[in-house]
Amino acid sequence: MKEHLQQLLPRLVLAPSFALVLIFVYAFIIYTGYLSFTDSRLLPSYGWVGLENYEKLFKLRHWNIALKNLAIFGILYIIISTFLGLLLAILLDQKIRGEGFIRPIYLYPMALSFIVTGTAWKWFLDPGIGIEHSLHLWGWESFHFNWIKDRNFAIYTVVIAAVWQSSGFVMAMFLAALRGVDSEMIKAAQIDGASGFQIYRRIIIPLMRPVFLSAFVVLAHLAIKAYDLVIALTNAGPGNATQLPSTFMYSYTFTRNQMGIGASSAIIMMIMMFSIIIPYLYGELKTGDSK
Amino acid sequence: MIFLNFIKTTLAISALTLSTTILTSIANANSDVEVMHWWTSGGEAAAIKVLQKDLASKDVNWKDMPVAGGGGSDAMTVLRARITAGNPPTAAQMLGFDITDWAKSTGKLGNLNAVAEKEDWDKVVPAALQKFSKYEGKWIAAPVNVHSSNWVWVNKKALDDAGGKAPTTWEELLTVLDKMKANGITPLAHGGQPWQDATLFDAVVLSMGDDFYKKAMIDLDPETLGGETMVKAFERMAALRSYVDDNFSGRDWSLASSMVIEGKAGMQMMGDWAKGEFIKADKKPGEDFVCIRFPGTQGAVTFNSDQFVMFDVGDQSEAQMKMASAVMNPVFQSAFNVVKGSAPARTDVPNDAFDDCGKKAMADLAEASKNNRLFGSMAHGHAVPASIKNAIYDVVTAHFNGEFDSKTAAEELEAAVFASK
Repeated sequence: MKEHLQQLLPRLVLAPSFALVLIFVYAFIIYTGYLSFTDSRLLPSYGWVGLENYEKLFKLRHWNIALKNLAIFGILYIIISTFLGLLLAILLDQKIRGEGFIRPIYLYPMALSFIVTGTAWKWFLDPGIGIEHSLHLWGWESFHFNWIKDRNFAIYTVVIAAVWQSSGFVMAMFLAALRGVDSEMIKAAQIDGASGFQIYRRIIIPLMRPVFLSAFVVLAHLAIKAYDLVIALTNAGPGNATQLPSTFMYSYTFTRNQMGIGASSAIIMMIMMFSIIIPYLYGELKTGDSK
Repeated sequence: MIFLNFIKTTLAISALTLSTTILTSIANANSDVEVMHWWTSGGEAAAIKVLQKDLASKDVNWKDMPVAGGGGSDAMTVLRARITAGNPPTAAQMLGFDITDWAKSTGKLGNLNAVAEKEDWDKVVPAALQKFSKYEGKWIAAPVNVHSSNWVWVNKKALDDAGGKAPTTWEELLTVLDKMKANGITPLAHGGQPWQDATLFDAVVLSMGDDFYKKAMIDLDPETLGGETMVKAFERMAALRSYVDDNFSGRDWSLASSMVIEGKAGMQMMGDWAKGEFIKADKKPGEDFVCIRFPGTQGAVTFNSDQFVMFDVGDQSEAQMKMASAVMNPVFQSAFNVVKGSAPARTDVPNDAFDDCGKKAMADLAEASKNNRLFGSMAHGHAVPASIKNAIYDVVTAHFNGEFDSKTAAEELEAAVFASK
C-alpha cells in the first residue's frame, strides 16, 4: 500500500501543472492554429477559409517590414551580445581585483524588465532631452545623434537597448564556462609556449562550443519574442519603421480587428521559434542519452 | 506503459480539480450597472463622476470598470475577453465603427427603443450620430458627446506677432506659418504618432472639399483615393511636415499642446480634447489662445462621438434604461461636456455654461448637421471600420515620415484600402 502511494505521489503532485500546461499552452496553440484558417475578424469565428490568411499575410507590406526588421535586429543582437558577453567574460577572467563588485554591475540590466530598459533608453536617445541635449548643454553644439527619430536608423536603437540589457547575462554564461575549463590543459599549453591570445583562440573558445549554442538559443528566442522593448522604446515608429512580427501580431489581432491574419502571423512566429528550439533540444537529448 | 498510466492519472485528477473550481455565476442585484470606460485622466474622471452621482440619486448603483488607455484599444481587448466568456458589462464606452462591428459580430446588444421613443432621441440627436447609435432600427447606444477633429489651436501672441489675422484659406495658413517660422518658433506643434498624422490628414482632405472627403474617406471610391486631388492633399501634408520640428516622432499630443501653451510653437491641429490642456494651464479662449477651424473647412465638421453601448443583460435592463436616460439628460450632457471640452451629443442643450470655443463648437455642429456637412472622422474611426482605418494610417504616416512621395502615397492609399476591404 505504502509503495503504491509512493509511486502515485509524484504523479499527484505533477498532475495539476501538467493539466494546466496542456490546456493553456498546447491547447491554445492548436486553437490559434485553427483560427489562422478561419475568417475571424473582431471575435473568433469559424468560417473555414483555408490558406487565405497566409496568402494575405505575405502580401502585406507591413509584414515584410516586420520580417526585415526582425532579420536586422536578430542578427545584430545575437552577434553583438555574444561577442560583447565573451569579451567581458574573458576580461573578468583575468583574476582582477573587485570582480565580485563588477560582475553584478554587468549582470543587473538583465534583472530589469524590457519595459524599463525601453523607457530609459527612449529618454537617453531622445534628442530633445537625452544624450544629445546634455552634450549641447555642456558646449558640444555640433553633436548629433537622432537615430531614434530617423526611420532608417530607428531599428538600430532597438539593437543598442537590447544589447545593453542582455550582454551581461551572456557574460555570466561564458564566465561560468571559463571557470570550468581544466587548468591542466592551460598549463600544458603555457609550457608549450602558447601566448595568452593563442590559448583563448585555440583552446578555450573552441571548448566553449556548447555555451555558444545555449547563448544563441536564449538570444534568438528573446529576439523573436521582443515586444515590450519596442513598444516602450519606439512604439513601432517612427511611422512603422520598427515594426516587428510580435508588434504586428498584436496590432492585427487586437486593434485592427483582423484576427485571422494576426493568428497566422503568430503561427509563423511559432514555426520560427520551433525551428530554433527543436534542433537544440534534439541535440541536448541525444548527448544526454549517450552519457 | 508507465507514461500512459501517468496520463490517465493526470486526466482523472485534473477533472476533479476543475469540477471543484467551476465558477458559480454571481447574481447581480437589479439596480447595478457595470460600466466599462477609459475616462481615467483628471478632467475625464471628474466628468464621469457627474454621471455616477446623478445615477446614485436614482438608486442605481454604479460599478466602475475603468480600463486606462486613450482611444480605448486596451478597453476593447478586455471587452473582447468578457464577451467571449459570456459575461458582458452593462454598458461600455465605444467609438464609431467599433459599435457597428460589435453589433454585427455579437448580436448581444440591448434595445433602448422604449426610452428613446419616450424622450424623442430621434429628433435631438444629429442623424450622422444616429448612424452609429442605432443598429437595424434599434437604439443600442446612448451618445455622450461630439468631438470634432478639424480644429486648429493657435497661441494668441504668436498669431499677433505673425500678423494677427486668423487664417481662413490654405494660402493664408502658409503665410502665417512662414511668419511664425521667421519669428523663430516652431510653427506647427505636432506629435508623430499614426493617429495624430491621420488627424491632420482628416482636416487636409476635408479642406479639399466636402465631396472629396465623402468620396475618399467614407465611400472609399478607388479613383478618388488614387486620383489627382489626393496627390494634392498629400502635397499639403508634405507642406505641413516642413513646419514641424525635427523632434516630433512619438510625441504625445498633450506635449504638443503644451508647446503651444508655452509659446514655443505657434499652433496645433488637433481635436477639441486639446482644449482641456489649455484650460488646465489657466489659459483663456480668445485672450491667450484662439480656436479656429482648419482653414477651408469652416462650416463642415469631422466628428467622433463617445457612446455608451448597452449590452443585453436580461433582468438588469431597468437600471440600464435609467442609465441611458441619465446619459441623455440635457443637464448631464451640459455638465459633462463643459468639463470634457466636447460638444453635447444632442443639439437642444443650452450653451450658457460653455466657454467661447465650446459655444463655437456647438454652433458649428448644429450648422453642419443642418447643412449635411457633418462627416465621421476617418482618423477616429467614424468613417470606415478599424481594418481600413489602420491601412490608411499606414500610408499617411509613411508619407508624413518621408517614405513615399505624394504621388506614390496616393497610389499606395488606393492599394492599401483595396487590400484591407
